[in-house]
Amino acid sequence: MNHYAAWKNILIVFFLFILGLFALPNLYGSDLAIQISGSGNYDVSQRDLDKIKDTLSDSGVGFKSISLEDKNVLVRFNDSQTQLSSKAILKDSLTRNYVVALNLAPSIPQWLSGIGGKAMSLGLDLRGGVHFLLEVDMNAVTTMALDRYYNELRAELRKDKLYKKIRKEDNLLLVSFKSEELKNEAKKVIKNDLPDLVIAEGTEQELELGFEISATAQADAKLGALKQNITTLRNRVNELGVAEPIIQQQGTERIVVQLPGVQDTARAKEILGAVATIEFRMVDEKNDVQTAIQSGKTPTGSKIYKFKDGRPLLLKTNVITTGENIVDASSSMDENNQPSVSIVLDSSGGRSMLDTTKEFLGYRMAVVFIENQVETVMEDGVAVKKRTKTQDIINAATIQGTFSNRFQITGLDSAREATNLALLLRAGSLSAPVEIIEERTIGPSLGADNIQKGLISVLVGFALVLIFMAWRYRVFGLVANLALTLNLITIISILSLIQATLTLPGIAGIVLTVGMAVDANVLIFERIKEEMRSSKNIQKAISSGYEKALLTIADANITTLIASIVLFSFGTGPIKGFAVTLTIGIITSMFTAIIVSRAIINLIYGGKKVEELAI
Amino acid sequence: MSLRSLNIPVIDFVGKRKIALIFSAMLLIASIASLGLQGLKFGIDFTGGTLIELGYEKTADLENIRTKLAEAEYEGANVQYFGSDTEVLIQLEPQATSSAKLSSSIIRMLGDGIDVRRVEFVGPKVGEELTNDGGLAMLYALIGILIYVAFRFEYRFALGSIAAIVHDVIITLGVFSILQIEFDLTVLAAILAVIGYSLNDTIVVFDRIRENFLATRHVEPEPIVNEALNQTLSRTIMTSLTTLLVLLALFYLGGEVINSFAGALIVGVVIGTYSSIYVASSMILALGISKEDMLPSEKEKKEIDARP
Repeated sequence: MNHYAAWKNILIVFFLFILGLFALPNLYGSDLAIQISGSGNYDVSQRDLDKIKDTLSDSGVGFKSISLEDKNVLVRFNDSQTQLSSKAILKDSLTRNYVVALNLAPSIPQWLSGIGGKAMSLGLDLRGGVHFLLEVDMNAVTTMALDRYYNELRAELRKDKLYKKIRKEDNLLLVSFKSEELKNEAKKVIKNDLPDLVIAEGTEQELELGFEISATAQADAKLGALKQNITTLRNRVNELGVAEPIIQQQGTERIVVQLPGVQDTARAKEILGAVATIEFRMVDEKNDVQTAIQSGKTPTGSKIYKFKDGRPLLLKTNVITTGENIVDASSSMDENNQPSVSIVLDSSGGRSMLDTTKEFLGYRMAVVFIENQVETVMEDGVAVKKRTKTQDIINAATIQGTFSNRFQITGLDSAREATNLALLLRAGSLSAPVEIIEERTIGPSLGADNIQKGLISVLVGFALVLIFMAWRYRVFGLVANLALTLNLITIISILSLIQATLTLPGIAGIVLTVGMAVDANVLIFERIKEEMRSSKNIQKAISSGYEKALLTIADANITTLIASIVLFSFGTGPIKGFAVTLTIGIITSMFTAIIVSRAIINLIYGGKKVEELAI
Repeated sequence: MSLRSLNIPVIDFVGKRKIALIFSAMLLIASIASLGLQGLKFGIDFTGGTLIELGYEKTADLENIRTKLAEAEYEGANVQYFGSDTEVLIQLEPQATSSAKLSSSIIRMLGDGIDVRRVEFVGPKVGEELTNDGGLAMLYALIGILIYVAFRFEYRFALGSIAAIVHDVIITLGVFSILQIEFDLTVLAAILAVIGYSLNDTIVVFDRIRENFLATRHVEPEPIVNEALNQTLSRTIMTSLTTLLVLLALFYLGGEVINSFAGALIVGVVIGTYSSIYVASSMILALGISKEDMLPSEKEKKEIDARP
């Protein structure tokens, strides 16, 4: 009685050994490092590693080690001074195909990382960083789609001169006809050639039809906008130089962006949320802007624009080229020490720029900066989306000579503005305006505090439970303590293995599990005590104590498990972090508190003649 | 064989359930009254708004910060120390200018050299969603538990455990309302954990009640329930104590952010321990539990017979 077969004991030891092994990486600290990865589709290789090594050696920077891990080159340093100066050196020497970011690299020995050992990944609240939730303005997407279909519809119906008039109204395209035959003909044409447009219910009249975009086409347009925005955001984040960023779709119209370790959150906010582009237009030199303002009549083919300081200027409505045609942009100081942005256009942009500058030599060309913003504001207690569009002339300069795809623009207020504009032009524009609807930033000092406080509270809470159990249950208490320690190691091991993110509420979950994991042992021990009172057979008391407590433990744990799984599925942020560790803790505690503790008790008391139990 | 002869303290829990009922009723009325009259002090997670935690090198001058904020016309800013007098917490309710940029401009305005420890911005719509999701999570957890307990035990037990949970949640919320402690997402997580904990306790007692019903020839439910409560008493106290020990460690050492989380759990564990003894078992007695309800169905009987 009370004897586990050898294979059972061996299996338990084997399990615990494996789990202990994978918890081990968390004991090693981490090195200050620079992480160099390829941007876009480019993957860094051994060749890049050699190049980086040479660059650093040439500039006399001492580094601890350099290695190629998971498509990243990791350079480790001994102190933050060399880390920061090396980042500057690498940023200057490497092209924009690379993302250079500061990072912390775990210093796990080779043999351990070789078998897949990884430290737990820490959440933003422990390592510092920013969490953004961005919402894509889907109304703007629908409006843009409607504009596109408006043009297509008109082109389609114009071929056979079917329509009389087309106008947009809310989400509808209303078409009027001269006769019913033409209307029916139009119906057929649309059905065949523009299947994405459907006749809106209740809009059909004798000589009028209302079309709307079909539900699937609308969903496609929205999904497309979301995906495109994610790509653009990823480009922008790469430009910011962040190690291990997370950019993910959440739901149908939201994007989560997590940037660990970002210090300048104000800049991150400016860059991520900006929907900005530029346009090149000719200045209308034939008409006077003051007359246009006074008379209230703008000459056809022109429109009034303003400089940032409010000075008005008449610009042609025809656009020469836009930000869409820009393939590269970089900021610098021009010969007069003014901030400027150097632009490289693609071939079609270059061609139209060449044509224009040839034709209008000596005339002025204007650069217009366009920014769309969307903001949720409270109006009479209701959240309303407010959209603003600003169009400012950055500069209007005389064309001195012909040029095509390479040129500079000046007239920016500051170097910071120039850098931001260059970055936005490079990374591409967002297909629809986005708004930051949630931000959570944890500064590095608070992150460090949180780790320290979390660790101390786990250790103190743990120690208190150990002392209490040993005092109350003596030898059995020590066995429970051993099981509890193994449980803690197991939780850490599993968190490391599945690379779940550990957050501060997650630590709270672990602490709570420590408190609750002893419950299983308490149940068992109290039951053994009870059995001993009614029977003199100690061996039997032990085994029936374990047996009878088992069902209760299972019932109690399963109900808690239900609650924690619900928390995990419906919760967000802190709730999720808490639920993950609680769920893992409940499951592992069943293993350690029941099976492992039984194995140890069996080894101590099993099969022997025991006069008295130290319980 | 009586409990007394086995050196188990016998406390007449069941006999005192009238007193407990009055006690519970008083707590519930006070909680509901406070929740109805002054409500919960919701944090920005639910109301939306901006929160900034700043670290100063020396003692921070709150008046100076308030004046600066007022001059810049940030309405309804709440400025206070957080943890120590070198740390300042600024909270702004959602206002007309509410946007993620607000925090950047405030930080810029207050000057350089301040350590930005934490910034939280929750848009008005997000706050509303979090409130709804939180409520839904609670509801789903309750339904899931109800189904499991009804399936494992009997519907009266399910109702008894739900009564205990509702009792605990209302009183814990009541404490937060009466003391006007801020209610944020982590506190909500704590409340949900209280549900799990309270249930855990209740199930252990129920398990013993069922076992005793099946093991003895007594038919009177009151002594059986009382015996089960006494048998599980030392376990109930031990587990509550170990849990409270770690929670106290969290409360005092875990830092400000985790403070209200630990506080909610401490209140919940104390109330949960009480309710599993008095509320849940009184409820099943009131619902008229009897030995016949405990007899296993045919299928279960076979399983039991099959056991060695």
